[in-house]
Amino acid sequence: MPSLKDVKTKIGGVKKTAQITKAMNMVAAAKLRGAQQKMEDFRSYAEKFNAAMGNLSSAMDSGAFPLMEKREVKTVEILVVTSDRGLCGSFNAHIMKMTDRLIASLEAQGKKVSLVCVGKKSISYFRKTGKVRQRYPDLMGTFQMFNARAIAQELAANFLAGDSDEVRIVYGKFKSVAVQRPAEQMFLPIQPSEVSAATPSAAAGSYIYEPSTEEIMEVLLPLYMNVMVYHAMLEVSASEHAARMSAMDNATNACKDIIHSLTLIYNKARQAGITAELMDIVGGAEALK
Amino acid sequence: MAEKLKLEVVTPKGAVVSQEVDIVTAPGYGGEFGVLANHAPFLSTIKTGVLTYKTGTQEETLMVSGGFCEVSNNKLTFLVESAERGADIDVDRAMRSKERAEKRLAQAQAQKENFNRTRAEAALQRALSRLKVAERGKAS
Repeated sequence: MPSLKDVKTKIGGVKKTAQITKAMNMVAAAKLRGAQQKMEDFRSYAEKFNAAMGNLSSAMDSGAFPLMEKREVKTVEILVVTSDRGLCGSFNAHIMKMTDRLIASLEAQGKKVSLVCVGKKSISYFRKTGKVRQRYPDLMGTFQMFNARAIAQELAANFLAGDSDEVRIVYGKFKSVAVQRPAEQMFLPIQPSEVSAATPSAAAGSYIYEPSTEEIMEVLLPLYMNVMVYHAMLEVSASEHAARMSAMDNATNACKDIIHSLTLIYNKARQAGITAELMDIVGGAEALK
Repeated sequence: MAEKLKLEVVTPKGAVVSQEVDIVTAPGYGGEFGVLANHAPFLSTIKTGVLTYKTGTQEETLMVSGGFCEVSNNKLTFLVESAERGADIDVDRAMRSKERAEKRLAQAQAQKENFNRTRAEAALQRALSRLKVAERGKAS
């Protein structure tokens, strides 16, 4: 039987923990709202961009661009996007697991794998594998487009230099506040089929292009990569906050359960103490008779 | 003027402008171009510079950087990396970045570094357009 004081201190401690997790839950909720707003803002841009890309690629013959060139795949680069902080349930672990699986299956096919990690969690997880080529900590939560641009440029430069023949992105997709799933996406070479799948407009051919379609494409393709990387980062940060929100909610509930059972123990111990004292008094009075 | 066209300026941070206008002048790939209602379908890349649009007698200017625009069915959509109104521009900061860019440009030219030079040029271009927009915003 734990002593009364022990139980009391423990209840106090758990209560404090519950307070913290509750606060973190609320912070995550506020941040989630911000991230979702950003996603909302970005969506119109991305949609219009995809539509324009669709128009363009249907108007020209693709394959003439180094960024779209399909090569025999020897080295695959994976861009892993995770959060910077933990305490968000299994969100990051799922992304890591998916990446691990991907690496294993690629290596089984005799391909080399290198990693570019965004977010501290993936950096520390993959540090010991020796596959990490570039790392970008402390970027999440800033939502700056130029961060995404730097990453996209790095990936493209490596691809164009022939050091990687294929680039994929693994990130956490935001399905809803309750559901976040790791997802994998092809990044480079850019696939025209995927691009034109948006909305091929009927009047695609009748546009006046200035400069030529090819030159426009040369400007648009890098922008398109920025859009993809930025999109992945937005998804991850929204998912991170959503995951943290539910994780902290669970933690608060668990704290409540523990407090409940500890209170039972405490009351039992108190009752036992009182009973023992009563017995003593009764025993003493009996002896005096 | 009876016919208007719908102007939309969209950045990754959301729409900046979405309204009916009479005329739009924008910095295109081959120099400035103007768009009126019933323009033929048109697609052009946009350089860093000043975008002007007019509704009636009211003229507005925006600083835009890098992107492209699409004209179709009296709808004009600009997809740019950033767009700022004159009132939102910090003139001091733009001045400072202009000086910084000029210095860097001179440095890069001296060392014949192409990469830094293009970057400095882009930064200078941005700073100059910002200043221009800020100035016009004050004048009107």
